[in-house]
Amino acid sequence: MKKIEAIIKPFKLDDVKEALTGAGIIGMTVSEVRGFGRQKGHTEMYRGGEYTVDFLPKMKVEVVVADAMVDKVVALITAAAKTGSIGDGKVFVAPLEEALRIRTGERGDNAV
Amino acid sequence: MTRHTTLIGKMLIALLLTFALSSAGSSYATHAQGGIGQPAAPQGDPTGATTGTAKDVTVKDAANPTIGEVMDTVGHNKIAINFVWTLLAGFLVMFMQAGFALVETGFTRAKNAAHTMSMNFMIYPIGMLGFWVCGYALQMGGVGAVAVLGGTAPLNHEVTINLFGHPFGLFGLKGFFLSGGTYDVGVFALFLFQMVFMDTAGTIPTGAMAERWKFSAFIVFGFFMSMLVYPIFANWVWGAGWLSQLGANFGLGHGHVDFAGSSVVHMVGGVAALAGAIVIGPRLGKYSKTGESIPMPGHDIPMALLGTFILAFGWFGFNPGSTLAGSDLRISVIAVNTMLASASGAIFSMFYMWGKYGKPDPSMMVNGMLAGLVAITAPCGFVSSFWAFVIGAISGVLVCVAAIYIETVMRIDDPVGAIAVHGVNGAWGVLSLGLFSDGTYGDGFNGVEGTVRGLLYGGASQFVAQVIGTVTCFVFIFAASWVFFKVYDLVFGMRVSPETELEGLDVPEMGVHGYPEIQGPATLVHALGASSAKPPAMSAMAAERSR
Repeated sequence: MKKIEAIIKPFKLDDVKEALTGAGIIGMTVSEVRGFGRQKGHTEMYRGGEYTVDFLPKMKVEVVVADAMVDKVVALITAAAKTGSIGDGKVFVAPLEEALRIRTGERGDNAV
Repeated sequence: MTRHTTLIGKMLIALLLTFALSSAGSSYATHAQGGIGQPAAPQGDPTGATTGTAKDVTVKDAANPTIGEVMDTVGHNKIAINFVWTLLAGFLVMFMQAGFALVETGFTRAKNAAHTMSMNFMIYPIGMLGFWVCGYALQMGGVGAVAVLGGTAPLNHEVTINLFGHPFGLFGLKGFFLSGGTYDVGVFALFLFQMVFMDTAGTIPTGAMAERWKFSAFIVFGFFMSMLVYPIFANWVWGAGWLSQLGANFGLGHGHVDFAGSSVVHMVGGVAALAGAIVIGPRLGKYSKTGESIPMPGHDIPMALLGTFILAFGWFGFNPGSTLAGSDLRISVIAVNTMLASASGAIFSMFYMWGKYGKPDPSMMVNGMLAGLVAITAPCGFVSSFWAFVIGAISGVLVCVAAIYIETVMRIDDPVGAIAVHGVNGAWGVLSLGLFSDGTYGDGFNGVEGTVRGLLYGGASQFVAQVIGTVTCFVFIFAASWVFFKVYDLVFGMRVSPETELEGLDVPEMGVHGYPEIQGPATLVHALGASSAKPPAMSAMAAERSR
């Protein structure tokens, strides 16, 4: 069981969601986040003055999947979120100790 | 589904029956009346050609109307047209409060939205009460008879002093609480119109001092503005005071002429804003340690653009309404001049910013349109459409240069640009009147024979009068406002604490967030100790949800 965390461009969320649901992933959690990587921030203009926005808005998609699914899901997310320009985001994969469905008490792969 | 169909069917049948019965009934009545030799029942007048005829003129004997009776009706109609015009224009100007509220709140940060909007909201009632108590009396109490409103004869007491062998009107003394013999339709119409103008001036400084001004200090300022400082300067220009008499007394054109208030309303508001912004100081974080200006973008640009549209709409009351007479057909020229200057102001500021800084900048398009409107307010009655365009175009560039100069060189922090829009362009407006007035209008203005002519049309003395008016406005308003703000600051304090300013003024000053869903729910605010308000009982909310 692994947790996959993808930081993507906000307008790519629909593509990523459709790619994952199309592959049979039936649950995910998304949150609006801000941050920067190599892209750094960008500059905006207000009344003749330039200012830098350091933390750009991104979406974070969290999916928990069985070990066998990891490579496929990562590939799907990468393909769906890619524009080829700087700022496309990152995918992180981390091991997960336990999962539990609150309603039924199921554990492990059965709970995701 | 079936129940709906039956219901609609029943209603249709009832409607048809009503219609059939009423038409049958009326045709029966016509026949019956025709049968006994009476005139047919009156027909409608779908074209309007026969509505409003001689029989609408009130006379004692319809067969023999006297010329006096006819003249009375004509006179009454003329004044009635002027009343309706003045009142409707006043209603439009009142709605400009909404425009100011949106522009100022849009240009400030979300954490201060409830506070900024509340100042713009409360200046309306505060200013109105202050004006009713004594502002109106000081301003218009000695204006004499305003002929286009059929008199206003009770406003007949101006306090004057004698200087250089001429009377100098200082302030009026009739109309406190609209009583003391001023219970008069003309006096009331003039009150409404002048009140909404004063409120416009009153709401301008709230933008320049936004995001750091104590709400209590703002309230005291609202009364100071509406009861004292605005009425006195307005008296000098519009209430038969000394600036308006510079022509009659000293031969300077028509005296200081300000058709709709570039100086009386906008420059007064803008100069008071300047004094206030200097005394209160810049927002925390506005200037770096080396004195560089750091942009603090407003939280809602669409809101500011919408507010500007509302202001431009209200200006159709502001300028054309200032004839106080719908029977004065110059209103069409004034309305067109007003919209032309707003257009050239917006376009020239947009291209200026685009060319100089690389983007058209919505915040300066807004201020460009407002600057054009402010500038054309004084000369709108006296110039041709070409000069209206030029006045607006210059103001569009002037507002950009002035706003950036005030912010980066003078280091005065004005979150919405009120000083550049209203102060600088108010001055430009009254001066432009002294340059471009073409002598087609204003015969007898301020008691001086002949039309109003600017420098380019042979009226050099008119320009001198405009300069005197502009300098007087700046000196008097700046001195009075600065002393007020400084004394208030020393005694009570004008500014919120740094903690309050950083957190946002909404909850510490007003008790509520402008946008609770964005700023954090009330329970979270409570948990962080920022509010003394009790959070709603969670058990009650859960019970509600499970139903």
